[in-house]
Amino acid sequence: MRRISPIVMQRIAVTFLWSLTMITIGILLYIICFILLKGLPQLSWEFLSQSPKSMGRGGGIFPMIVGTFMVAGLAVLIAAPLGVGTAVFLTEYTRENKLTFIIRFGADCLAGIPSIIYGLFGFVFFGIYLGMGLSVLSGALTLALMVLPTIIRTAEEAILSVPYAYREASYGLGSTRWQMVTRVVLPSALPGIGTGIVLSLGRSISETAAVMLTAGSALRLPRSIFDSSRTLALHFYILVREGLSVDKAYATAAVLIIIILILNGLAYWLMKRFVGRGGS
Amino acid sequence: MKQDRFIAFILFLLSLSALSGLTLITVFIFKEGLPLILNTGVRDFFFSSNWEPTEGQFGILSMIVGSLAVTLGAMTIGAVFGLGMAIVLTQFCPPKLAAVMKPLIELLAGIPSVVYGFMGVVTIVPMIRTFLGGPGLSMLAASIVLGIMVLPTVTSISIDALKAVPRAYWEGSLALGATKWQTTHMLMLKAAGSGILAAIILGMGRALGETMAVIMVAGNALEMSGNPLDPVRTLTSNIALEMGYATGHHREALFATGVTLFVFIMIFNTIALVISRRSAGKRGRS
Repeated sequence: MRRISPIVMQRIAVTFLWSLTMITIGILLYIICFILLKGLPQLSWEFLSQSPKSMGRGGGIFPMIVGTFMVAGLAVLIAAPLGVGTAVFLTEYTRENKLTFIIRFGADCLAGIPSIIYGLFGFVFFGIYLGMGLSVLSGALTLALMVLPTIIRTAEEAILSVPYAYREASYGLGSTRWQMVTRVVLPSALPGIGTGIVLSLGRSISETAAVMLTAGSALRLPRSIFDSSRTLALHFYILVREGLSVDKAYATAAVLIIIILILNGLAYWLMKRFVGRGGS
Repeated sequence: MKQDRFIAFILFLLSLSALSGLTLITVFIFKEGLPLILNTGVRDFFFSSNWEPTEGQFGILSMIVGSLAVTLGAMTIGAVFGLGMAIVLTQFCPPKLAAVMKPLIELLAGIPSVVYGFMGVVTIVPMIRTFLGGPGLSMLAASIVLGIMVLPTVTSISIDALKAVPRAYWEGSLALGATKWQTTHMLMLKAAGSGILAAIILGMGRALGETMAVIMVAGNALEMSGNPLDPVRTLTSNIALEMGYATGHHREALFATGVTLFVFIMIFNTIALVISRRSAGKRGRS
């Protein structure tokens, strides 16, 4: 058998790999266009501002929009200080040792746990053991744990990429460690930290399995964080699964996709600003 | 100074949050699930396919097999596409184009799993039903959908691994007259091998743990047929499907299913962590 020349071999390989890449990008664009084309015509102000009628066959999704932002917003509000605090401790207040190894290992393990396990845990710990039942608070606490590793990781990277000279200059001006962290390091790392927080918000909004078991699926508007609430993703799942209304399902999915597009765009913009400022 | 020490202590407490979360999750999942495994007996729980929770039969063998089969199928797709994309983006793509593609991959990771499941139901399931036969809702459908879902994980970690290979290796190989592709598959893939392996194993963990998309496309039947065109039920879908109405021993059995899943995931993640740490250590020394 004749050997294929390396140049021809390269051409074959590169063509194959490029086609894999193009297929993937094609799938992504197909999903987004498909949902938007089917969903956008169904969208209307009434759909966004009304409560659902007869289990979601009619009416709108206003309570789910409110519920989604309550659960996801609260989750990020809880996770952000914990995550950024952890990152500051790991980078500025301690050296690499057994303790930091264990803390990082814990965060890495937490990142790998599937959402359904978070759901089971939240259901029994927050819901039953701490008596929160199915509620916005229980869902938010569960999601906060879930996004914590992402926030730690991104905040740590952002803080580490702040030039060391900034810290020395701050010390040179006579600041304490805490002043250096709050006035020099954190402001420089803010866009990077923000990227992580925005992506975590997106992940909380997309999540279904964990909120199903913790925040519940009540259709009415949540009046407080102790009420049960159905999120958009779960509402979409129930509409599809029970075959309630295809039109409403497409419209709900379009709202979800638009929110995700906005959040990812925001994260990208923050990241660019961060890199542009010489952050990394 | 006193204030500084106080702040350090507060930050230390905050940094324990992830670790205490992990501990709480482990303790509560095992506390709820383990007694039932012990009462049912390891043989009747792990090695029986007889799942009739209202009759006191809790065999989950078919779901373990279902989960592993779907995961393997997903990884075949995820590894080929993910690694292919990582190679293109690091070796063969103009940097400007790569800068546009990266956020697109992140977007792929951001799409909710219920949307993936739904897209599977309206596109892949009917295609399988028409061209390959069977009910469409099947192990194959679940593998394809999951394969796409784990792509971003495999791609981004593989990219990191490929980027961590010293630039001098690459330049040296080209200087010796190797083509870019020869350099890639003879040198880069070997040098980044352990990082890529870690990426694939982490992707497997993702696929094993995914729930909503699998419920929507896998069909969820309890039989084990061995045919990829037949429906399967995974560990995750078993929990999500029955948790809504389960009580008593049935609920405990679902937590026991969770324990099984948890142990599988922990094994996968630990292997991936050890591999990637070891490769990072090796690079540090060289």
